[in-house]
Parts: sequence; C-alpha cells; structure tokens
Amino acid sequence: MIDQVSVFLENRSGRLAELTRALGEAGIDMRALMVADTSDFGVIRIICDRPEKAKAVLEAGGFSVSLTPVIAVEVPDSPGGLAEVLETLGKVGLNVEYAYCFVRSTGQSAVDVLKIDDSRAADVLAIAGFTVLSPSDLYCADES
Amino acid sequence: MFQPELEAMPRRDLEALQLERLCGLLSRVYATVPTYRRLFDEAGFDPASLTSLDGLRKVPFTVKDDLRAGYPYGMFSAPLRDIVRVHSSSGTTGQVTVVGYTKGDIERWSELMARTYACAGATADDIVQVTYGYGLFTGGLGAHYGSERLGALTVPVSGGNTKRQVQILSDFGVTVLACTPSYALLIAETAREMGVDPRALPLRIGVFGAEPWSESMRHQIEDELGLLAIDIYGLSEVMGPGVASECVHQCGLHVFEDHFLVEIVDTETLQPLPDGETGEVVFTTLTKEGIPVVRYRTRDVSRIIPEPCACGRTFRRIERVTGRSDDMIIIRGVNVYPSQIEQVLLGIPMVAPHYQVVLSKSGSMDRVEVHVEVAPELDFDEVRALESLQRQVKGAIESALAVSIGVKLVEPKSIARSEGKAKRVVDLRGEGGSTS
Repeated sequence: MIDQVSVFLENRSGRLAELTRALGEAGIDMRALMVADTSDFGVIRIICDRPEKAKAVLEAGGFSVSLTPVIAVEVPDSPGGLAEVLETLGKVGLNVEYAYCFVRSTGQSAVDVLKIDDSRAADVLAIAGFTVLSPSDLYCADES
Repeated sequence: MFQPELEAMPRRDLEALQLERLCGLLSRVYATVPTYRRLFDEAGFDPASLTSLDGLRKVPFTVKDDLRAGYPYGMFSAPLRDIVRVHSSSGTTGQVTVVGYTKGDIERWSELMARTYACAGATADDIVQVTYGYGLFTGGLGAHYGSERLGALTVPVSGGNTKRQVQILSDFGVTVLACTPSYALLIAETAREMGVDPRALPLRIGVFGAEPWSESMRHQIEDELGLLAIDIYGLSEVMGPGVASECVHQCGLHVFEDHFLVEIVDTETLQPLPDGETGEVVFTTLTKEGIPVVRYRTRDVSRIIPEPCACGRTFRRIERVTGRSDDMIIIRGVNVYPSQIEQVLLGIPMVAPHYQVVLSKSGSMDRVEVHVEVAPELDFDEVRALESLQRQVKGAIESALAVSIGVKLVEPKSIARSEGKAKRVVDLRGEGGSTS
C-alpha cells in the first residue's frame, strides 16, 4: 500500500492554484494529481514523492487533508493494461472505489492507482502476478 | 458565596425590598425623564398608585427604540455632572444607544460582577484574564472592575491578538478566562496551532457571555480548555455583564433580583407569563441611577426556573438564553435561532461548530444555505463520503428546525473567526434585509 494525499477543496477560483503553489514551494514533486468534484467541492488526490511532508505543508496552509492507503500496480504501458488488473479483481468480487493511472518518467510502464476497501486486494493482485508497488518504489521515505 | 445575606435572602424579604426600590424608581423616572412621564401619562399610570409588585403589569414597556430616540443623554435620570462614565451599544442593528453610570452605579456594577465571578467559583486567589473588548462595549470594563472588586489579580488584555492571549494565559498562570464562548474556542484552536496544549494551561474557570451558546458548545469548551464553563448574562441597556449568572451547578442563571426585576412575557400578547413558560425576558432596574430602565424588553428568549437551587441562592434562575428575537430568523414562516444549528453541528464529529447561515431569495421563496466547516482532521478521500456527510448535516439541521435548507461544506477556518460576537447570519434577501 502507498500513501495518497487527499485534500478537501471548496470549488472556489484559485484554490487549486494555492494548493499546488504550496506544494511547489515546499519542493514536493507530484507524480499524479486527480480531481474528483461536484458543483460545491472537490477531492484532490495526489501521489507525490513525500506524502507526510505534503500533508504537513497543506495542514499548515489551512487545508483539510488526510493520507489514504491505496494500491499502486505497475502494468506495461500498452492497451488493455488496466483492464487486466480490474478483471482480476472482479473475478474475486473485489469492488474498486476509484482508480486512476499515470505514466512514470521511465516511460516503459504505467502505474494504476486503485482504492479498494478490502485488505485482500493487494495479495490478490500479487498472487495473480502483478507488480504491486511499495512506498520505496514510488517515493522516498519521509525524513521524519 | 459572596453575599449570602443578599443572595440567599428569604423570598418575602426580597420582595419587600424590591417593592420599596420599585416605588422609588418609578417616582424618580417620572420626575426626571420626560419619556417616562409621557409613557406613564399615556397609559394612565400613576407611579404613586403602586402598592404591590403585581402592579408592575400596569406599567408601560420600554424598547430599544426609546433609548435610541433619546440619543445620547435623553433617557438619563441623573444630571450629567453626576455621570462618571458612558458606554454604548455596537450599533450594528441601527442607531447606537448610550448608557450612563453614576459613581454609585459603577460601584454596584462592580459588586454584581464580583458576585458573578464568585458564582462561578472564583476567589481573590484567582488570576483573571479579561479578553472582552475594553472601550464603549460594556464587556471589558465590566469584567475588569468586577474582577478587581473580587480581589483577583486582573489581566486587562482586551480583545484581539489571539496568539498573545495564549502566551499570557500560559506565562501569567491565568486561572479564570472571561470572553465570549466562540472566542474561547478560537483560543483553544490557536493554542494547539502554537504547540500549546490548552488542557495543560492552569485555567480552571471560564465566564462566558455576550452571545447565545448551546449546552454542547459548553461541553466542547470544557473539554478543549479543561475548565468549568459558566454562562453569564447581561446587556448594556440594563447594566452590562452581571445581571445574571450561573453558579457552579450550571443549571440556569441566577438573576440578581435585589437589583433587577425580571419578567417573562408572551412575545405576541406581551402579557406576563407564569414561571416556567418561555417568552421574552423583560427587566426593570431597581437601583440604577444614571439610566434606569422600566420594563425593558430585551428581545432575549428564556423562561424562569423557580425551583430552589442546590447552591442555596434564593434568586430565581432564567434558563440559558436560547436566542434573541433579534437574531431569530424567520424562514418561510418558521422561527429559527442560529444556536439551534450550532447544537446540531456539535453532534456531528466530522464537521466543526463553525457555521454561517446565508439567507437569499430564490424567486419569492427564502433560500437558506448553511455553510459548515469540515473538521480539519476529516478522514475521507471519496466524494461519495462527503456527499453523504452533506446529506447527514442537512437532514439533522432540517429535523431540528423543521424547515428545508441547503448545506454547503466549506474548508476548515474559511469562515471568519470573530474576536467578539460571532457573526452567524448573512442576510442577502435585499430590501429590509440586514446582517446581525
């Protein structure tokens, strides 16, 4: 499991800019950012190099923020990559709350980020032969 | 107890004292204040005819507009050379009102505020930090003089600069905090941000007033600051803080009846209500010289609790003021007090009790949107969970108020914190609309 930074944001102009500026000034490098929104508010989900520090920076900036454990699976960056992962989970009846993907700078593989409220999910994927990433594969451990 | 010979007086003796003082008051205002002479004459009331406290029901009411019309000194009963201080209301809802105090008034006020601290359990050994604003507002100087009269070490910080308030609370070993309840929460929040554990401060008592607050908010303040939170009551037109106060049993506020006559009247018919029934609180000042008031309608809503209190005081209690009829919002014909909303929010752990009610018009219909801050430690990452929280808040408020509303979840600390009275209602309904 890896830590995703989740932030509650009101739909107010400039608010996302303030968030990203705060992270930028703290030298935090984002791997992925995904916005889920309604007309009133949004939830920003971030994979970055130092999630604990990002949380501290955002809390100090007055944001409502939490760290959410999610599963990161490395798949070949080719058509059908995510579908295979989802089918594997579907076969054992595991429900995905949400998912998004990003491509790593190395270029050869993509990372699928999955939120699944079931502790068996990571094992199911590993047993099926997928590369489930650990924190050290994605970000340096926070210097705390 | 501070003054048992007065505060625990047998009711019969108290009523005799009240009648004697009331007779003196009515003849005095009739002779010295043209407005009372006119009001009494119009009502055909002869002050010399009063022979019992019950006769008070024949005396006409006074309202804030009477004080406004007399701006600045028109309602004073004492000559200006005998007035040693004035205070003034904030004037947010219209023309300001000015109240004057003679030397004797200041002495009595100090004594009554000292009683208030004593009611809360404070003694001359305490260190009192006064964060009510000093100045024209009665809160600061009222709380200050009372604390000195009690003999406590008094720290006159006044309002503002919350970090400095925390620093002083900590450095000076303050044991009693006097401020508004919403400011007490801001102090706790600020202390945590500064890395100071508010529960570890030597504070043991809070005397909180000047705005309506709920029982759940009391529990939250007591929990966050680790003190006994006492509700105190007063208004500048009647004197300032020190008109009534809870004792350590926290079961209603003892009205200092040797100085103030309290009545509860029906908000529609203005007929006096029996003890126990809820209505508008009306005060008559028995001993004030500068600007006495006769049957002054406070707009505050409460009821009298006549049963004896465990503390031994014989002064009757009024229930915690649930709201001012001024603050009362009428939403599609339903009377709503902002404090009801606060009560609901304190019961939902994922939101903070910081809220603002925004009133607007959608066509001819009133539209109400309650802005509620999510808790800073909210544990979520799904829109669905937030939507369900939003529905939960909406459902809980609607069932408490019996009126349909909208709820908007907003970020922590995005609703402006007040260092004085919290601004809970924003009325955008246009013509005739105002903010309070």
